[in-house]
Amino acid sequence: MSSIWTALEPLLERVQRPARYIGLEDGAVVPEYSDDDPVDRVSWLLTYPDSYEIRLPNQGLQICARSSTSATMRWPSGPMRLGGPRGRTPGRRPAALLGGYPPACGEFDVIAFNLSAELTFTNVLNCIDLAGVPVRSADRDASHPLVGVGGHCTTNPEPLADFVDFVVLGDGEEAVGELTEVISCWKRAGSVDRQALLEELAAVEGVYVPSLYEPIYSAEGDLVETVPKVAAAPDVVEKRTVADLAEWAYPKNQLVPLTEVVHDRLNVEVFRGCTRGCRFCQAGMITRPVRERPAEQVREMISNGLARTGYDEVALTSLSTADFSGIEPVVDGIMSDPISAGQVSVSLPSLRVDAFTVGLATSIRQGRRTGLTFAPEAGTWRMRQIINKLIREEDLYEAVESAYSEGWRRMKLYFLTGLPSETDEDTLGIATLARNCVAIGKKYHQHPSVTVSVGGFVPKSNTPFQWFGQNTVTELQRKIYLLRDELKRDHGVQLKWHDPKTTLIEGVFSRGDRRIGDVLEAVWRAGGTFQEWTEYFDLDRWEQALADAGLSAEYYANRHRHVDEALPWDHLSAGLHKDFLAQDWADALAEVGLPDCRWTPCYDCGACTGYGIEHVVASAVPPAGGSQGTGQDVTSDVGAVPVMLGTTGRAPAGVGS
Amino acid sequence: MRARIRYTVTGRIRFLGHRDVARTWERALRRAGMPVAYSEGFSPRPKLHFGLALSVGHESLAEYVDVDFAGPVDVAGLPSELTPHLPVGIEAVGAVAVQRADGSLQATVDACTWSLWCTGVTTDELAARAAELLAATELPATVTRKGKQVPWDLRPIIKALDVAPDITTNDRGGSLLTAELATAPRGIRIPELLAAFEPLVFTARVTRLNQWTTTDGSRTEPVPMPRRVSHALERAS
Repeated sequence: MSSIWTALEPLLERVQRPARYIGLEDGAVVPEYSDDDPVDRVSWLLTYPDSYEIRLPNQGLQICARSSTSATMRWPSGPMRLGGPRGRTPGRRPAALLGGYPPACGEFDVIAFNLSAELTFTNVLNCIDLAGVPVRSADRDASHPLVGVGGHCTTNPEPLADFVDFVVLGDGEEAVGELTEVISCWKRAGSVDRQALLEELAAVEGVYVPSLYEPIYSAEGDLVETVPKVAAAPDVVEKRTVADLAEWAYPKNQLVPLTEVVHDRLNVEVFRGCTRGCRFCQAGMITRPVRERPAEQVREMISNGLARTGYDEVALTSLSTADFSGIEPVVDGIMSDPISAGQVSVSLPSLRVDAFTVGLATSIRQGRRTGLTFAPEAGTWRMRQIINKLIREEDLYEAVESAYSEGWRRMKLYFLTGLPSETDEDTLGIATLARNCVAIGKKYHQHPSVTVSVGGFVPKSNTPFQWFGQNTVTELQRKIYLLRDELKRDHGVQLKWHDPKTTLIEGVFSRGDRRIGDVLEAVWRAGGTFQEWTEYFDLDRWEQALADAGLSAEYYANRHRHVDEALPWDHLSAGLHKDFLAQDWADALAEVGLPDCRWTPCYDCGACTGYGIEHVVASAVPPAGGSQGTGQDVTSDVGAVPVMLGTTGRAPAGVGS
Repeated sequence: MRARIRYTVTGRIRFLGHRDVARTWERALRRAGMPVAYSEGFSPRPKLHFGLALSVGHESLAEYVDVDFAGPVDVAGLPSELTPHLPVGIEAVGAVAVQRADGSLQATVDACTWSLWCTGVTTDELAARAAELLAATELPATVTRKGKQVPWDLRPIIKALDVAPDITTNDRGGSLLTAELATAPRGIRIPELLAAFEPLVFTARVTRLNQWTTTDGSRTEPVPMPRRVSHALERAS
């Protein structure tokens, strides 16, 4: 392999934040390459298709890289942009814009992407092209790297089917090693037949090879089914699930970037999976069951990680960290650990809406308390029953009261709009909640501040809402303006919202089929990269490409689907039975809640029973003090309902000295 | 107690910005388990005090940071303790104990010596223009400060210019311009110095060689460069 540093160096005088392209991150292992390397050595290039600041801290990549000892792993510096936002024009090839350093991307055996946002898909094509690899898998031969993808977005990988060689469904840490083995054997045998390799990859559990399948459409243009073309391809590809997180204490050497990135801190995953059962939440549905890391291992990873990295902040990551059985002893442990010497702060990036959580956040934030984030997600109890986010208004008010009384000054509330059966009353309920939170705050502060962040709901594959037609851009915009007008005179409330135009395209991809691939390529060729950055997003370009392909956004995003309709991901399984999802969808419309199965009997969604695995939860009861007493009967009246929360907000917490 | 540490920035790491260098130092001190003093108040910060910022892309053999410690440390041993915890290209080369009364780095440094490895120009051309600049009584220029165009006389800031063929790397064909520039009461940036060489147009790779403190007419460095720092002088890239 060759280094591109000499070509790169002169360009660094001309780019913004050149430190993004110099490598040298602490923890990075630069593999040595020589002509004497064994022929079956497999080199992976792992990346996330966004800017360095977002890509580098990606936890999934770091876990996968360190899980495999048989392969060499590299992070590329990523595509560099000189001048304008568009990157290079496809068709011209300035070699110096290649992302990989030290070796050029095209020299790897595998280029693999972690995907967690649909709007990054055009960047995937751009990266493949910048690596000097044909963007369509059909145009690649044995001399080209394999292109693989994994991550949450790949529960419906069909829009990317024509561009990728393989997809890893579910947890990646085990599959990476097995894929490496298969590729290594193929290289040892002379790297001849790419088709044979693809068929062998398809035999690895959890690995989907799109080119071995063919979608069948009806005369009307509707999908009928997606069928395997060869015997080697299973009818249904099941996701991978790591049964016990304790066996995967990764990453052991988290990369420490030299230049500032998002989430610039030590990240320790305390558990994977969530069974709260929020019906809009794809992450919670597809990562089941709950698998906790042993508290002792969490402590060890924190202690070793802080000592090695020199970070003064650690985040305990999961989909709802306050639910971790060992949360209190772990937090106490960080605070009393001599290594932290009173200067380490703790972040709990996903909180629940309850007083216990506020207490926890308060205990680790002795100094200045700035903001807390809660995610009630919907404005009325009826709506929250539909989405199965069973927070009562009282729970929110108690949490907010507790937070203000403990010295927190700013609350941020996350909501979705455009949920199934939502009425204007539900939308305006958001304003009522926010207004009441400000009123509570006035008891403690002169100018309490509540920020309301509203996002348009995008139905995702493998969730009970996968049949729901999302609100149109016009409808979402109307609801947002309705809220804006309602809150105009409430000076304590700041309303923020996501652009409904990006929401539409996200929706097209989240449930799109293979035909959308042409649209993706057209938009990329027209210069549409970095589409998740609002300043570069251009709806007109997408609409033009959809029209040129004879497709409509309405068909993919806004249309209600019948539960008997064939879905593009029917041949891919995230473990959830389709009839479970259909039942949950029916329950949602009937405003019936479903309890958290971690602490209540199984309702057979398929995630455990289908794979012969179980929850790994240290405590048989919900965390002490939590208002989400899941022993309660959710099907009964409002007063006795378990409440679930989870927020995506972040509560940095300084340990007092 | 306060220690003044001298460090070098060479090779690829020269593209790291000043703020990121500061964060890198904070992490290195924590990793080395040093008893750094923290500020009081709601969000305690480690007490590090940096001198003049180094522009992104410039190398240096003379960067400084003052570190306040809450407990006793072996000051002379700091460089060897800390360098393994710093990224490739940043090397602690010397340290001395200082008193707060000695003044901050910002306040005491009044001049810097720069080495500019110039390409696209001959040594004779460069020397001739340097002589013209030194012979001038004033060198009016317009510089941008805080977003405003300000008239500036460069001449009093340029204390010395020296031009020589680059004998260390002459196989690459270049000239070495050594410039001593005042930093107080006002200074100039390297691109502003190069602009004064117009109509010559050339590119330069820039290294700060020294920062100087003048006391009673004699010139010293805040921490002298130790005798043997061979690897710091090599260009790591």
